[in-house]
Amino acid sequence: MPFSTLERGAFASAEGITISGNRTEGASRAWGPCEMVMPDCATGATGEGERPMGDAVQAGDLKQTPLFDLHAELGGKMVPFAGYSMPVQYPLGVMKEHLHCRAAAGLFDVSHMGQVIVKGADYAAAAAAFETLVPMDVLDLPEGKQRYGLFTNAEGGIEDDLMFANRGDHLFVVVNAACKDADVARMKAALAPEVSVELISDRALIALQGPKAEAALARLNPLVADMVFMDVVTLPLMGAECWISRSGYTGEDGFEISVPEEAAEALCRALLEMDEVEAIGLGARDSLRLESGLCLYGSDIDTGTNPAEASLLWAVQKVRRADGARAGGFVGADAVLGAIAEGAARKRVGLLPQSRAPMRAGTALFESETSETPIGEVTSGGFGPSLNAPVAMGYVDAAFAKADTPIFGEVRGKRLPVVVSKMPFVPAKFKR
Amino acid sequence: MKFTEEHEWLRVEGDEVVVGITTHAAEQLGDIVFVELPEVGAEIVKDDEVCVIESVKAASDILAPLDGEVTEVNEALADEPGKVNEDPIGAAWFFKVKPADLSQMDDYMDEAAYNDFVG
Repeated sequence: MPFSTLERGAFASAEGITISGNRTEGASRAWGPCEMVMPDCATGATGEGERPMGDAVQAGDLKQTPLFDLHAELGGKMVPFAGYSMPVQYPLGVMKEHLHCRAAAGLFDVSHMGQVIVKGADYAAAAAAFETLVPMDVLDLPEGKQRYGLFTNAEGGIEDDLMFANRGDHLFVVVNAACKDADVARMKAALAPEVSVELISDRALIALQGPKAEAALARLNPLVADMVFMDVVTLPLMGAECWISRSGYTGEDGFEISVPEEAAEALCRALLEMDEVEAIGLGARDSLRLESGLCLYGSDIDTGTNPAEASLLWAVQKVRRADGARAGGFVGADAVLGAIAEGAARKRVGLLPQSRAPMRAGTALFESETSETPIGEVTSGGFGPSLNAPVAMGYVDAAFAKADTPIFGEVRGKRLPVVVSKMPFVPAKFKR
Repeated sequence: MKFTEEHEWLRVEGDEVVVGITTHAAEQLGDIVFVELPEVGAEIVKDDEVCVIESVKAASDILAPLDGEVTEVNEALADEPGKVNEDPIGAAWFFKVKPADLSQMDDYMDEAAYNDFVG
């Protein structure tokens, strides 16, 4: 009997054991307008998310990050992920890795993500061009600062989510692994030739996250302690020029570090030798971001969700909205600004299941124990180790989006109570 | 003790059979966070889904290894599903069944065969 219990999403069949049958996409997809199966940007893979590659992808086709050998040495359980062989967990296991990151510091290899340099005659030229692709304020981003962004499509849907930084004479952009080729093509098509777009292939990207991340990294360069949330600097670490941002995707304080590939392993080894630091795999990365209310591209947001319904309007600065000084002017502006003006018919919300049963992606949501038509669907769900309880997010009709609204999720044919919740579920601990 | 290809173990105790999952299964599933047990008194049929077990990563079913009646379930697992990782062969048994036909046990592997099976 094949093992493949793992939930759509979960960590690919390589991980897989099933005690018996497949249990997973247990829920009706009748409601969901989200295209969870295959975002347009993904060719074979899917969002940064955890969806497995198809079975057709053989191990030999998978790319490796500069830290592949280190993962093997650390006992990482490798799975196919967005075209790469990546560690889903280390011997510590998902639960302990998650808790360790929240208590001390966790080291993540995120080298599969796309690092892109967008360069024009000067920063303003690159920023102005980039603003045609994102509904964010790029021009006014101060030098040495980073911001969260979204590539939109003509319908106002989200093609990818990303981070962009003003690094003085250029824009540094980090995009999801599964979308990076499409993102680079999109940027080149819109920005060239005046603005160049270069996907960097000779640098690794690692994240050091958790309350002791600063203490750990400061041993290698004390200047990192001066950084605050979303600061971006260039500093040497162990003699290598690193591009460091004070950011991450765990809800914890921490750093993301772009490091020359030949220096990446030594840097990771130096960090892992410190008592505070443990290697953390994709499994805990997912539960950490879920507890922190952060979207997984391809699951919680995709080409069919607009920023208003995705509850991401905090990322759309006023200057780009209707009546703003640079209102519109990005792909899908009419649709996005229209959605903001009209209000979304459905909203992404946090969900706290009231029993111990996790509500996985695909779980249909209902107003009552007997109502027939779903009012929404879970897009990410699992167990939150820090909450010690199941946790989920998903979309519900706007009438049910208010925090504390009691609704039901249908799990294996049973309607179980779940309460709409504010996010994050675990308070963010950024250094402001 | 006998073992199924679905990674359950079965141990005869008097006229009952105790059922749990193997250490190999518990390790592969990872940290277990939820267990749904059958009801005492339920008549189960071999290969029916009788339990649900969820780890941090995924949900899986446990299939009934035998026909029979469920006589007892390990309620402690509902509150402390992590016990399945700590002691899968011992304290974290799942349920006991009074088998309708004990010869159904004959189909299953002994420990040496199971160890070969999981390699």
